[in-house]
Amino acid sequence: MSEDSKQNEGKAGDILLEMRDIRIEGWSDEKWNPIIKGVDLTLRRGEVLGLIGESGAGKSTLGLAGMGFTQPGCRITSGSIMFDGIDLVKATDSEKRALWGSRVAYVAQSAAASFNPAHRLIDQTVEATVAHGLQGEAAAKDDARELYSALTLPFPETIGERYPHQVSGGQLQRVMTAMAMSPRPDLIVFDEPTTALDVTTQVEVLLSMRKIVEEFNTAAIYITHDLAVVAQMADTIKVLRYGKEVEESETRQMLTAPKEDYTKSLWSVRALHKEAQPSDDIVLSIDGVDAAYGRGLKVLHDVNIKVPRGRTVSIVGESGSGKSTTARVITGLLPPMTGQVMFNGEALPAELSGRSKEQLQKIQMIYQMADTAMNPRQTVGEIIGRPLEFYHGLKGAAKEQRVLELLDMIELDETFYDRLPSEMSGGQKQRICIARALAAEPEVIICDEVTSALDQIVQEGILKLLMKLQEKHGITYLFITHDIATVEAISDEIVVMYMGEVVEQGPKDEIMSAPYPDYTKLLLSSVPEMDPDWLTKLAESRDDTA
Amino acid sequence: MTDTNTYSAASEVASTITRRTRWERMKIALKKAPLTAWFGMIVIAFYLFVAVFAQWLAPHGEADNSFAAYLPWGEPGHVFGTDQIGRDVFSRLIYGAQNTIGIALATTLLSFMIGGTLGLAASIRGGWTDQILSRIVDILMAIPSLIFALMLLSVFGSTAGSLIIIIALLDSTRVFRITRSVAVNVVVMDYVEAARLRGEGLGWVMRREILPNIMPPLVAEFGLRFSFVFLTIASLSFLGVGLQPPTADWGSMVRESASLMQFVQYDLKSGLTPLLPAGAIALITVAVNYVVDWFLHMTSGLKD
Repeated sequence: MSEDSKQNEGKAGDILLEMRDIRIEGWSDEKWNPIIKGVDLTLRRGEVLGLIGESGAGKSTLGLAGMGFTQPGCRITSGSIMFDGIDLVKATDSEKRALWGSRVAYVAQSAAASFNPAHRLIDQTVEATVAHGLQGEAAAKDDARELYSALTLPFPETIGERYPHQVSGGQLQRVMTAMAMSPRPDLIVFDEPTTALDVTTQVEVLLSMRKIVEEFNTAAIYITHDLAVVAQMADTIKVLRYGKEVEESETRQMLTAPKEDYTKSLWSVRALHKEAQPSDDIVLSIDGVDAAYGRGLKVLHDVNIKVPRGRTVSIVGESGSGKSTTARVITGLLPPMTGQVMFNGEALPAELSGRSKEQLQKIQMIYQMADTAMNPRQTVGEIIGRPLEFYHGLKGAAKEQRVLELLDMIELDETFYDRLPSEMSGGQKQRICIARALAAEPEVIICDEVTSALDQIVQEGILKLLMKLQEKHGITYLFITHDIATVEAISDEIVVMYMGEVVEQGPKDEIMSAPYPDYTKLLLSSVPEMDPDWLTKLAESRDDTA
Repeated sequence: MTDTNTYSAASEVASTITRRTRWERMKIALKKAPLTAWFGMIVIAFYLFVAVFAQWLAPHGEADNSFAAYLPWGEPGHVFGTDQIGRDVFSRLIYGAQNTIGIALATTLLSFMIGGTLGLAASIRGGWTDQILSRIVDILMAIPSLIFALMLLSVFGSTAGSLIIIIALLDSTRVFRITRSVAVNVVVMDYVEAARLRGEGLGWVMRREILPNIMPPLVAEFGLRFSFVFLTIASLSFLGVGLQPPTADWGSMVRESASLMQFVQYDLKSGLTPLLPAGAIALITVAVNYVVDWFLHMTSGLKD
């Protein structure tokens, strides 16, 4: 390729990107609010920098600023961004456009939303390269096919002829990496590229991304909130919080000896642990359930799950494994084709409309997205108060008193009574949802991915709260999740689901230790660990067995 | 740096939205309202004032025909002269505001009650309920509404009551469609599912969970519907099946004085008489549309 000479002008180790005292503001609520409050960043050629932090820490904003790009409604107020001798703060739009898609590329979180559904993958892969005149279309397409194979995509010769909806999410994410790599950029910004993927898919995508970044010696900024992931990818890690840098150091050093308390707290989150206690007192059991949506394909095949009273049973599996469908069958939203749901020894009516108020009250549900689980036009008092009024007939002062008690149970104070959902953080919203479920005084609470939209520290808080409530009130949890770390932390029993079937169910210690069925083994081994060598070792061990 | 050991859920940083009362928000919105919106609001306020106080504002009675016919403009006591049987045109214009606006408002409210309720029910229930209701609406919309209204009015008679019910029914099809289409996006939200899992009835889900979240487009549609109903009533009156004499309304006033247009070359002012009620109709339609435009602009979150 003729471009190689141009792209490899600089030597590895030269400074490629240098940001000095960057300040960025965002327009909201009628005024400019600071998002990034003076951050420095230095990136050398061939180096991968991991940017981590909670949501709202400003990591995406900073990452995009590295390309000289600001989201609509944001502005860079001061500082300088030098990209290989070009000041991106002062550069005109057309100068920046000449860089974007040729020397700087971006890989977004949601591949599905970033592809144009009307064009073939390969056309989109080479679009920027051809548009910038770096290569002719035929040459670029040949190169794209090589990239597909370097990214270990199946059928690299023909996969580009497909449309975005014809490949899986993990494959699409890799095609997007190929698209970013196609012009052989000096810098790629990865913005949470694996967050939306299952753990088993994530491993494959991470491996191929790392391989290709190493192969072409490309510098990269890798934005994520997942520490274990960043440990596999980055040479250096920068921790951000509230738009400021907390600390930056080389990956291994950061993992073994973090300097700041905040960084340590990020590392220690996964230390939550609960001793599994077996029990034979079954409160809820799902017997031989088959289910399908409409007349479509069956999504559940002969599912049997037993939930002991006062314990936590976790259902784990990838997306599409039937976890959430199981929840819908239990709640009566989706009547099963065969089989039944037994509650306290009695069969529950299959249809929601056939169930009595008492039966509805005993099983409550908490959702993944607290945002959409609460009516944005109702205050906290109304949201928590409604089940009190509906199930227990509480009114007026008695209702208000009980709402305040519930707020206290979820560790929030009375100032929250009049707030609207939009005036709370993600963790607070999820706590309100927990309070709403508690207000009904249920025996079983179904938790559908309740922590997966939250930051690590907040997750820990929510999990601790749930465990405390279980101890105090003897509530049974059916915990649906794809996060193995959470499962290890809080469950008594584990159910592994795959393709609509239960692979195995048993006490936590039994499931988490050998011997595993094949699928459980794959699932468990795919969970990223804090060890920076984890991915390398995993790749080697899988190559051996393959 | 805050110490992470003292982490508490209550101190988590939420979004920086400052809480404002409805009144404060309204004041801010009004301050930024464009000139056209102000024009619209002033015109509407003026019309409403005239409609409410017609009895006191009008110099003569609505059906008082004790004057000479076809008096010219500027005759003492008759700013716009008199009509073919000697009624004061200015007074009838004022009473016309009361009748036409009152009936249009009642009709629009009724059509929203019918169309809104059924639209919400269709979106929540889905399935067969939705299919049957939507197909009935499709059939009704396939028939040209003015001709359909003419037919129904000649069958049931042109009283104010039947006028309101018939136009409301025909207009509720459009309200049904818009309500259903905005509500289906809200119905899939988890909080609606949560309410159903709680065992809430249809009425609660409609009123408390969905309605507050689809208000802005419905309010805008209310304004538009109102001006269309207004035009429909005027058209029907012009065709002679609307409000019946001696009740004054602008549509029939245009019809009654339309022939005066032929004499515009002899007496410019009197010849323009039919344009007075027509202009009154045009003005309020434009005014309502200006306000609705502004409102839609605000609620759709478009930036200037």
